[in-house]
Amino acid sequence: MKKVLTLSLLGLAIAATSAQAQDYEEVRIGVDVPYEPMEYRTADGELTGFDIDLGNALCDEIGVSCEWVVQGWDGIIPGLMARKYDAIMSSMTINDDRREQVLFSDPYITPPSAWFAPGGTELEEISEESLTDMTIGVQRGTLQDNYVTDMYGDVADINRYATADDMVLDMESERLDILFLDFPVGKSTLLDSEEGDYTVVGEMLTEPKEYFGDGFGIAFRQRDEALAEQFNEALETLREDGTYDEIYARYFEAK
Amino acid sequence: MESLLTWLENQLADNSIFTLQTLSHYADGLTTTVQLVFLSLIIGLIAAVPLAIGRGSRHAWIKWPIFAYTYVFRGTPLLIQLYLIYYGVVFVDGIQESWLWVILEDPFIPALIAFTLNTAAYTTEIFRGAIKSTSKGEIEAARAYGMSPGLTMRRIIIPSAFRRALPAYGNEVIFMLHASAIASVVTIMDLTGAARFVYARYYAPFEAFLFVAAIYLCLTFAILYFFRHLEKKLLAHLQPQTG
Repeated sequence: MKKVLTLSLLGLAIAATSAQAQDYEEVRIGVDVPYEPMEYRTADGELTGFDIDLGNALCDEIGVSCEWVVQGWDGIIPGLMARKYDAIMSSMTINDDRREQVLFSDPYITPPSAWFAPGGTELEEISEESLTDMTIGVQRGTLQDNYVTDMYGDVADINRYATADDMVLDMESERLDILFLDFPVGKSTLLDSEEGDYTVVGEMLTEPKEYFGDGFGIAFRQRDEALAEQFNEALETLREDGTYDEIYARYFEAK
Repeated sequence: MESLLTWLENQLADNSIFTLQTLSHYADGLTTTVQLVFLSLIIGLIAAVPLAIGRGSRHAWIKWPIFAYTYVFRGTPLLIQLYLIYYGVVFVDGIQESWLWVILEDPFIPALIAFTLNTAAYTTEIFRGAIKSTSKGEIEAARAYGMSPGLTMRRIIIPSAFRRALPAYGNEVIFMLHASAIASVVTIMDLTGAARFVYARYYAPFEAFLFVAAIYLCLTFAILYFFRHLEKKLLAHLQPQTG
């Protein structure tokens, strides 16, 4: 008797899981705003940003409707577990700690880091030679700090700041020759600012992975493998048909 | 020296956080902190003596400006003063073109200015308190000997006031050492700056900060010892006589 009960319960559980895994007609996606330009609100309160645009395009591709659920960062993974939404697309860096709790899609972006200098800079490229005796600004403890310290720590002076705002202030006052920071942050604080004239020098960087990480992934519940697979396939398609590049350019082009 | 370094390197071979490189960060940080604190204390001390005398002046035009200065610098956080002097000056029009920028561009001088002004304000008040509490009898005795007010100040009031101010001033020196930890907010790589760097680099807050705390403790101990010694010598006349 006991055995039959266990078996039937098991069967029920399996049936329930497979039903959940497949038939999503509507996918609710959790997001924490604002984090410009990945996700934020326009002046009239509408959600927008790279994650939002890409997420909507992915849902269209899969053929499901998407609903965005705004959730504070602290509770964003618990909210997924509690079924308040079915996925998280909120600039979440893929790492091993999180992998224990959630299932990640393939990385959909590694936010690039870029070198910013005053418009009239003489720097044309980034190398040990060109950065010798320059003062480089970075935010303390960031991946940019680690990268610059290891690559150019011996030849250049590195000034480390607690916040990006302090760093931009010192750039404006000409205490710094060049900054290395997250491209989106640099774009909104330097390139798009009314005062001053700044430019990106050299290539934007997303490699090597040991510094710049695995990038951002969409998080799902562990058992929703089928859903994650659908998103991965859709992502692949969007990368191939140019939709991805178009959305990327919307938020990550210098001009 | 060479063999010492090799020995140290061998000792540290198994340690992933405290390598020769991180230790040299700490060593540079120690030098910067000591320079910064020592210079600001010396300059602050020299400035505080005339200020403390002026603070007790009968003339309002000497007394009140000094009071305003000590009130402002004791009444606002040192961190705010540092921010104003380092970041604030940037908003003065044309400062980048003036000769002032040569000294203000580097974070060391703005930090030194902020620390000096701050410690001078506190030291002024410490000395003023000591001068004010000089016993009337000593002053009257000096007068009776025919000393002028200036001579009384120089020979009687100041020497005895300094002795009495010594314990309080020793505290101020220790406070200044600890207050200097905020220098890293304006990118100076002082001891705390070095610890923050190591912390951020190795995600090891305990190791990084405990180590730096130990260095601060050693410095504090040296200051305590120095002042204890000084007090013993200068305040000998207040000790119970032995032998």
